[in-house]
Amino acid sequence: MDALLAVELAYWQQTTLRVIGGLVAVLLPAGTLVYVYLFKMMSFMQSRLGPMEAGPYGSLQLLAEVGKFLQKEDVIPAKADRWVFVAAPFVVLMSTFLLVLVLPVGPDLYFIDADTGVYLALAVSSISVIGILMAGWASANKYSLLGGLRAAGQLIAYELPLILAVVGVVIQAGTLNMQGIVFAQADGEIFGWGAIGNPFFLTQFLGFAIFLIAVQAELTQPPFDMPVAESELVAGYMTEYSGIRFLLFFIGEFATAGVFSALAAVLFLGGWYVPGIDSDSNLFNIIGPLALFAKMMFVAFLIFWFRFTLPRFREDQLQQLAWKYLIPISLVNIVATGVLKVVF
Amino acid sequence: MSLDHDQTTDARVRERGDSAVLRMSESALAQLGVIDAPAGVAHDLAEDETMFINMGPSHPSTHGVLRLMLELRGEMVVRSKPVIGYLHTGMEKQGEQLSYLQGTTNVTRMDYASPLFNELAFSMAVEELLGLEVPPRATWIRMLLTELNRMSSHLLFMATNGMDLGAVSMMIFGWREREEVLRFFEKVSGLRMNHNFIRPGGVAADLPDGWRDDVLRLLELIPPRLDEYDTLMTGQPIWQERLQGVGVLNTAEALALGVTGPLLRSTGYAWDLRRDMPYLAYDKVEFDVVVGTYGDSFDRYAIRLNEIRESMRIVAQILDQMPKGDYRVQDKKVTPPPRARIDESMEALIHHFKIFTEGFKVPEGEVYAAVESPRGELGCYIVSDGSAHPYRLRIRPPSLINLQCLPYLMQNGLIADAVANISSVDPIMGEVDR
Repeated sequence: MDALLAVELAYWQQTTLRVIGGLVAVLLPAGTLVYVYLFKMMSFMQSRLGPMEAGPYGSLQLLAEVGKFLQKEDVIPAKADRWVFVAAPFVVLMSTFLLVLVLPVGPDLYFIDADTGVYLALAVSSISVIGILMAGWASANKYSLLGGLRAAGQLIAYELPLILAVVGVVIQAGTLNMQGIVFAQADGEIFGWGAIGNPFFLTQFLGFAIFLIAVQAELTQPPFDMPVAESELVAGYMTEYSGIRFLLFFIGEFATAGVFSALAAVLFLGGWYVPGIDSDSNLFNIIGPLALFAKMMFVAFLIFWFRFTLPRFREDQLQQLAWKYLIPISLVNIVATGVLKVVF
Repeated sequence: MSLDHDQTTDARVRERGDSAVLRMSESALAQLGVIDAPAGVAHDLAEDETMFINMGPSHPSTHGVLRLMLELRGEMVVRSKPVIGYLHTGMEKQGEQLSYLQGTTNVTRMDYASPLFNELAFSMAVEELLGLEVPPRATWIRMLLTELNRMSSHLLFMATNGMDLGAVSMMIFGWREREEVLRFFEKVSGLRMNHNFIRPGGVAADLPDGWRDDVLRLLELIPPRLDEYDTLMTGQPIWQERLQGVGVLNTAEALALGVTGPLLRSTGYAWDLRRDMPYLAYDKVEFDVVVGTYGDSFDRYAIRLNEIRESMRIVAQILDQMPKGDYRVQDKKVTPPPRARIDESMEALIHHFKIFTEGFKVPEGEVYAAVESPRGELGCYIVSDGSAHPYRLRIRPPSLINLQCLPYLMQNGLIADAVANISSVDPIMGEVDR
């Protein structure tokens, strides 16, 4: 960040900027996704208007909802494991905040430039499982427990295709560094034609599809929403949560959707890069975040499109899909990528 | 624990356990060790290996206030027991206090998703006791309305079935189309539900002006929407996987349990009162009885979807054949006089007064009239002691009797299947508890 501003910043100033940046990077996409997709797109898909009263086209509905949740009574079940119950939503949200750290939004705009960026991202994303298990266990409710266990089984099963799908990208880019992956796509060329660089979703289309499916499962969204299946488990691990704690889960859900979409945009769609501009250009520090945001919205559109269309899987079918189809296909994808990498 | 579903998917006729387990009392079910396990279920489990979960009476997918006691091994339902009575309102008993004219107001609230069928069954029973011949126009209006009601009821099923299986958009689509039908009902009877429109002796009023255009509009509007359902659901691989081979019932079991309606037809047994014991004027219209092959949840879904299409076919024929004439019998003892007559004629005033205070007397006897409601055979049994109130009113509710097969359907399925099964039985709790 200091490179962009071209001034020397004190440590506390940098830290403050990073905290603000992190909050914006988590909450802004979350709010946008809730309004644009959950409120509006879902409504239009279902022949209704959605919220229209609060603000123009209901754009302030989100604030109204947050205000409502903040006012609610803080209910903790009598038999709940109090501390675990209270801590669970924060653990879930923490994984989202950690995930955002590795996302580069411009050539000089990043929180940490880790050489193991992809690895770190996929590692911290699975912390949320612990939070969900905590919530499910601590609620002292059978539905919550079932939901928590379903979530654990599901997230572990889909962690694997998620990682394997990214391996293809890593092989092609030759680096685990997120910034390096963006540059590899920006400066790459497809069979000698480099006008649009080499966004990996063209060559890694299998990986992209598997990544999206696995992300959908990681987010526990339909058709993979068994952990919170409202017609089966009431609300799964969230059943006993209300007020601000439910709000935290809710923010976590949509923030994670945003961050995962951004991650997919970085890994497969070229991140902050826009074809036609030299990737070394300083211009990207301004249009980079916008480009990434646009790409994130596109990926999120796909995710939410599936969410509002498809019925829910059954638990055993979910596991079958992961172990029988996604993992073998992604292994084939890795082998093919490796072979082609050596050949070309 | 085995999550393997191949057994249930391939074997279309499943082995059934000891039916004694179904007759157990609630408290007996709670005492695990006392009861013999149903055959086919390994029940040498230690006490802490199964978990009881109480689904309902307040649960998103129990369609009102059905309560299910589920014994789970992991996610698998080992045994289950539906518990009913949470919506008991004593409507049958109340029917004994109300006159025959008021009776339809009462029965219409039982199966609130298809109120016109309740009114029809009750009115047919009363008319049979009275020996009344309903004028043809009334008969055809009744047919028109009940077929439209069958459509709205099945559309409601489409919505709830979609919701129970996690297709959120489907829920809204189902409600949306149902609303179109209800709008027509509102125009005809003044009410969206609980119409009290079909009454002993005919119907409450003639069809409103422009009814033909409204019905034609419905007939144009709904078929493309049904095709959308096909795209969204029927051909959808996840949808098929969730429903095919889930909750299998065969004909013998269905008959033994007294199951009727789409559940019985899904087993391949073509039993439809409209065709097998024609009432109203169903022998004058052409329609097919939709049957299934495998008796699973998918067949039940498909049958209901296609019954909407069949109903529309019937409605189209009704439009062509709708006769002119009276919409209720001109029997002064049963039908209140027209409003204009009351000012002119003392007799008319007396009749009007008598009908609405004492009601009309019905000859002694007992009668059973049955109609094919969207859920199965809806029967009305009335014993009359010659007074203006029924001595005994009994409704044969298809939902209650269909609910009996739920423990069979759910055994050895997952919780997700349990929800799909409740949904495919499509119980209306108002009718179950009455």
